[in-house]
Amino acid sequence: MARIIAGVTSSHVPAIGAAIDNGKTEEPYWKRIFSGFEKSKEWMAKTKPDVLIVVYNDHASAFSVELIPTFAIGCAAEFPPADEGWGPRPVPVVKGHPELAAHIAQSVILDEFDLTIVNKMEVDHGLTVPLNLLCGTPKEWPCPVIPIAVNVVQYPPPTGHRCYMLGKAIRKAVESYPEDLRVVIFGTGGMSHQISGPRAGLINSKFDKAFLDNLVNNPQKLARMPHIEYMREAGAEGIELVMWLVMRGALDDKVEEVYRFYTVPASNTAVGHIILENRGKAARKAPAKLKRAAARVKQTVRRS
Amino acid sequence: MVQVRHEYDDIPGTFVFDAERSRRGYGINMFCMSLMKEENRKAFKANEAEYLKKFPLTPEQTEAILKRDYNRMLELGGNIYFTAKLGATDGHSFQHLAALMTGMSQEDYAKMMLAGGRPVEGVRSKSGKEEPGKTKPDNGAVKSKAKSKAESKSKAGAKTKSKTKTQSKTRKGSKRG
Repeated sequence: MARIIAGVTSSHVPAIGAAIDNGKTEEPYWKRIFSGFEKSKEWMAKTKPDVLIVVYNDHASAFSVELIPTFAIGCAAEFPPADEGWGPRPVPVVKGHPELAAHIAQSVILDEFDLTIVNKMEVDHGLTVPLNLLCGTPKEWPCPVIPIAVNVVQYPPPTGHRCYMLGKAIRKAVESYPEDLRVVIFGTGGMSHQISGPRAGLINSKFDKAFLDNLVNNPQKLARMPHIEYMREAGAEGIELVMWLVMRGALDDKVEEVYRFYTVPASNTAVGHIILENRGKAARKAPAKLKRAAARVKQTVRRS
Repeated sequence: MVQVRHEYDDIPGTFVFDAERSRRGYGINMFCMSLMKEENRKAFKANEAEYLKKFPLTPEQTEAILKRDYNRMLELGGNIYFTAKLGATDGHSFQHLAALMTGMSQEDYAKMMLAGGRPVEGVRSKSGKEEPGKTKPDNGAVKSKAKSKAESKSKAGAKTKSKTKTQSKTRKGSKRG
């Protein structure tokens, strides 16, 4: 069976993408940020997931105000980088996993999460910047990606609780997929930032650090946080942190924090990044159990 | 028109892009969206007022766009991810727009960000009721307040060169590293 082995949160600041695309990663300002992801890249290279599920938001690239799906799942075979007004980012085309994506869509809809199914979609920095931060700048992305787009542009985004429960439904879907796939789920965006209006530039490190702590140990508390609190404390655009709760819902209640990085600023935003591993039965013991069970079956077959 | 009051109207210096703003600002946002195409950017630059006639805009919205009054655009239903495309068409960086909206110079804004950003203290609510340990009303004056805070912040920033906060730690390594 497929299983979710870990969850990752990552910033998706467009200027990080621009720094990569324009060869500025060694400049002190940017190096401070990229160096925080060095260990994460090593972790990704060692973990070698078979599929990534990336929960992100589109920034008026694939979806304008003509169509605003609250949740959308990318079921296509590939997702080209979007032209965000300066030409598409020079990053590889994102390859999808149509079979698993279709399976997830079918499973979560029957679980009462009515996702919009997208069979043709371009992806913007919201999805490709986290891939860069965790995978570097390869010629091809290391594995297929299933994009899950969340509306956080027009108020209201889905509630934190809804996101958290969607994560649980996604996990159930993944675990009912017969192929033995190791899946890592990303929650992207955040942390505190406001980029609009006279209050632009707002950063609330105290809020961010508490959010990271609760994300690890008390996600149910975060799932109850009302939208007003995100906007007041973490900035109008900081509300996109609800997307992290989809990731967290897909993990065990108890997780192991493998790595954490926090820095201010990246452009107008606080950068928060965390890696959480599932330590529960499904993630660790099931394969061994399955192998033993399979061995027993073989023995029985031989004996009979 | 009936105006519904929302709890988030109490957040200072913030125009929440809700369903009502989105409805009213459809023309602004679709105009901005059109700027994703080079030929449209050229047509707009050639004759801005003429180009804007193609979109369902009120006279106030047209004026805000022509004047590049970004806060007014947000107030009238524009969304920042859309209006940023207008800024890009003008050749401005995002930080330029952010500074413009706050009433600060880009240099001061950049310094404020390097020094840790705009503190939330004092800008949680217009009424002041959401400030822990603060009872005084703090009505409106975000702009000037932000400015004076930014200035004091930037002074602090200059003293300590770049006071950026970075923190990373590796917890007990996982099995796979």
